[in-house]
Amino acid sequence: MTPEITKYDEFVVLSPTAILGYGFPIESFKRGIDEKPNLIAVDAGSTDPGPYYLGSGHSFTDREFVKRDLRIMINAGLENSVPVVIGTAGGSGSLPHLKWCEEIINEIAAEDEISFKMAVIPSDISKETVSTALKSNKIRPLKGVKELTQDLIEQSTGIVAQMGMKPFIEALNQGCDVVLAGRSYDPAVFAALPVSKGYDVGLSLHMGKILECAAIASTPGSGADCALGRLRNDSFILEPLNPSRKFTCESTAAHTLYEKTDPYHLPGPGGELDLTDCSFTQITENSVMVKGTKFIPEKTNTVKLEGARVVGYRSISIAGIRDPLMISAIDTILEEVKQAVENMGKIDNGDIYFHVYGKNGVMGPLEPLPPEEMRSHELAVVIEAIGDTQKKADTLCSVTRSTLLHFGYENRISTAGNLAFPFSPSDIRMGEVYEFSIYHLMEIEPEFQVIIKTVGK
Amino acid sequence: MQMNITETARVIRSKNAGPFELTLDIIFKSEYWYKYFKNNNIINTKVISSLYGVNESDILGIIWFEPANAVKATMVRRISSGAAGETDIYGAQQHAPLLGITFDYSE
Repeated sequence: MTPEITKYDEFVVLSPTAILGYGFPIESFKRGIDEKPNLIAVDAGSTDPGPYYLGSGHSFTDREFVKRDLRIMINAGLENSVPVVIGTAGGSGSLPHLKWCEEIINEIAAEDEISFKMAVIPSDISKETVSTALKSNKIRPLKGVKELTQDLIEQSTGIVAQMGMKPFIEALNQGCDVVLAGRSYDPAVFAALPVSKGYDVGLSLHMGKILECAAIASTPGSGADCALGRLRNDSFILEPLNPSRKFTCESTAAHTLYEKTDPYHLPGPGGELDLTDCSFTQITENSVMVKGTKFIPEKTNTVKLEGARVVGYRSISIAGIRDPLMISAIDTILEEVKQAVENMGKIDNGDIYFHVYGKNGVMGPLEPLPPEEMRSHELAVVIEAIGDTQKKADTLCSVTRSTLLHFGYENRISTAGNLAFPFSPSDIRMGEVYEFSIYHLMEIEPEFQVIIKTVGK
Repeated sequence: MQMNITETARVIRSKNAGPFELTLDIIFKSEYWYKYFKNNNIINTKVISSLYGVNESDILGIIWFEPANAVKATMVRRISSGAAGETDIYGAQQHAPLLGITFDYSE
């Protein structure tokens, strides 16, 4: 039985940076350590950079900077006996990402001659588990996602489940100095330890939800600076660790909207955060107190699954266009070029996309500006070719590029070449194209295995 | 008096809400403008669907969030983030059509 939290208790959480590897000023971090934190926690991942990273097992963060951030955090944690918790290791949290991050930690331990107890928590789910769940109707798509099929399961390179607080609590209860977890519900990384000590689940998770982005929720916001949270029995307080930043009611409330569908109801593993009665109060010039967040547990435990699959291979070519006649007829010309390439039989199992910057390269079909109102005096065209092998993508890109370069469009007066290439070679191999194949809820809570290791010496 | 939304909003932005949804945020300069927009129903499903040329059924919701003096509209992404044909992986540059919202202001 955990003791009741009284108004005299406080649990201090230091969040060094928005994403492990984004960096943070050492002065801010030291100020955080001076506040005697009970926990140093960091989120290391995101689905924002797209499906490639989960699918390929590569990280979107830089190895040198991940090592730099971890070295500072782990050494400070050991010196001050504060646990260091890392969620969604390597950017996407699948096994290759976890191994990548573990290898970095092992290097730090060897180089700095330190030794500590570490928990590693993989989040990969076997295809068999997902298939069984699918067959027993325990899987449903999130909004905008297609129903899951056996084929999609087979085609996915790695499938991860987003873990909640439970495995973190198990690891921390065993006295680990460092916890390195696969795909995690970001707030759980921050909330697990205080919740295990009896702090309110809703407040702990809500504080985690804000701290996982560190100083992004302060003003001026930054993804590369530290923030501090003080959890109390009936509230939590957010403080900046850099004198040039402030947490204001406005910045904190605005952050609550960020990347969410509905800021009042935030679903996660085991239940939902309900912010309907939540209040934000400015208590000093630079700190904000939050009250009233509730946690509504769900009846059936669900877990979010993520997976990515290869849909082809990509080659691209980048070129500029300055001819006003060509610019005025660009849509027709590109359509005719596509047709010409198709007629030569080079497009089977392949796709061409033209990204026309200066026209609708950013918004594509969502661009509301009618073509006749386009005023650009020059355009950039990115030819994107996707094939079912890299070789086919290369061929498709090359043929499309050469066809466009010398295409004799109507009324042409510039007959030497239609494109300005900034580079030789003009074509770039981009490798595998991934897409998110799984983004579903599974109504079975998997057992996340907590592996305890001794690192160093 | 004809006014543009940029005169009343401090933040206008777009971003993925997960890889399958795009969410638009408008944070007003003051509670006054928040209430004015809310009470006059200036931001609604119809307005967003016509600005972006998407079906009303693809708009998942318009949510007014008083603590931030903000309104948010979320829609299903045309394709999931990073799938073939993508133009904006993070969805961070899809807000521009909102900047053209004008309204007839009367106190």
